[in-house]
Amino acid sequence: MKYPVSQHFNYSVISLSGEIDLNESPNVRKQILEYINKNSSLLIDLSLVEYIDSSGVASLVEGLQMARSKKLNFALVGVSESALQVLQLARLDMVFTIYASLEDIESL
Amino acid sequence: MQNDNYSKIIQVSDLITHYGSKKILNGVSLDVNKGEIMVIMGGSGSGKSTLLRYMLGLNKPTSGSIKLLGEDITKMSSNQLYQMKKQIGVSFQGGALFGSMSVSENIQLPLSEHANLDVNTMRIMSQMKLEVVNMAGFEDLMPSQLSGGMIKRAALARAIILDPKLLFFDEPSAGLDPVVSAELDELILNLRDAMGMSIVVVTHELESAFKIADRITILDRGEILMCGTVDEVKNSDNHRVYNLLHRQPRRDMVDVDEYLQRLTGKNLDLVSEKSNIVNHKKY
Repeated sequence: MKYPVSQHFNYSVISLSGEIDLNESPNVRKQILEYINKNSSLLIDLSLVEYIDSSGVASLVEGLQMARSKKLNFALVGVSESALQVLQLARLDMVFTIYASLEDIESL
Repeated sequence: MQNDNYSKIIQVSDLITHYGSKKILNGVSLDVNKGEIMVIMGGSGSGKSTLLRYMLGLNKPTSGSIKLLGEDITKMSSNQLYQMKKQIGVSFQGGALFGSMSVSENIQLPLSEHANLDVNTMRIMSQMKLEVVNMAGFEDLMPSQLSGGMIKRAALARAIILDPKLLFFDEPSAGLDPVVSAELDELILNLRDAMGMSIVVVTHELESAFKIADRITILDRGEILMCGTVDEVKNSDNHRVYNLLHRQPRRDMVDVDEYLQRLTGKNLDLVSEKSNIVNHKKY
């Protein structure tokens, strides 16, 4: 599926939702890379995500790596407790920039 | 994702299995709850590895049912069983890594078998799992270059690559030094807490079992001796449980006829002068 995209300052915000699993993560990856190829800094909003598996997290990791190579910003927002635990297991909570909400970014 | 409408992640009912004519499991019943770490213990020959094999659907039982994630695997077609196996991770005792493939290729194998992902995604997933099991940087090594502890950890990384709901871990501590063994115990607890996995661990290491188990099932000669929490097992007044916990050698009663039949392969009823056989029933 194609996820809704909005604009927040100079970020494109991709709002993921539902279950990001083996079937869905290729779509997530495609959409993330599409925006990075347009040289857009990205915020990935996970607040409506019910479940994200390793393939979904791997797509986020690839997005982060691509964004960094192009000197673009890439951050996560609305990470649930369960998603955070999955990130922590591979110490990825120390790799991603994570905001609690979009309002936090406004205040920066 | 499939229907989550089941209350028990594993439900084994009255399982009876044979190896040839020998009965191995004699009416085993066992439940595992969602998010629970169940440790299966028992001495050599108690039937714990056999129980594991049947729960993995590797053999068909003589009778009884085995429900995984709410579905009876004893009644499944091979195709249904294949679909079920996507949701189950297994870390075998010896690792069962393919010797001709690198660590990374071994870990990615279930992905290329069960999913249709970009190679970059698969590589990152494999690297993430290596980070989880603390083996980053060893992805290009071959299994023959790994230590015992590294083989166990690589096998675990492969077992969790598809984020299974249910993980089977056969003898995680066997043959490992205490530090590596303690690290693996910690890892098992983290996997359950972070990913909500239900985990079945087969082990005979008491220290490890007491550290990780929510409940312990003790098998003895193909039957369940007891099933309970760590405290219940520790405080059990069953002498066979006591013997297992305190490493007492077994002093079992011997059925002379059955014993001699096993040794000679003959039915003793046909042997004359049966009374000449020395009776050792009370040794």
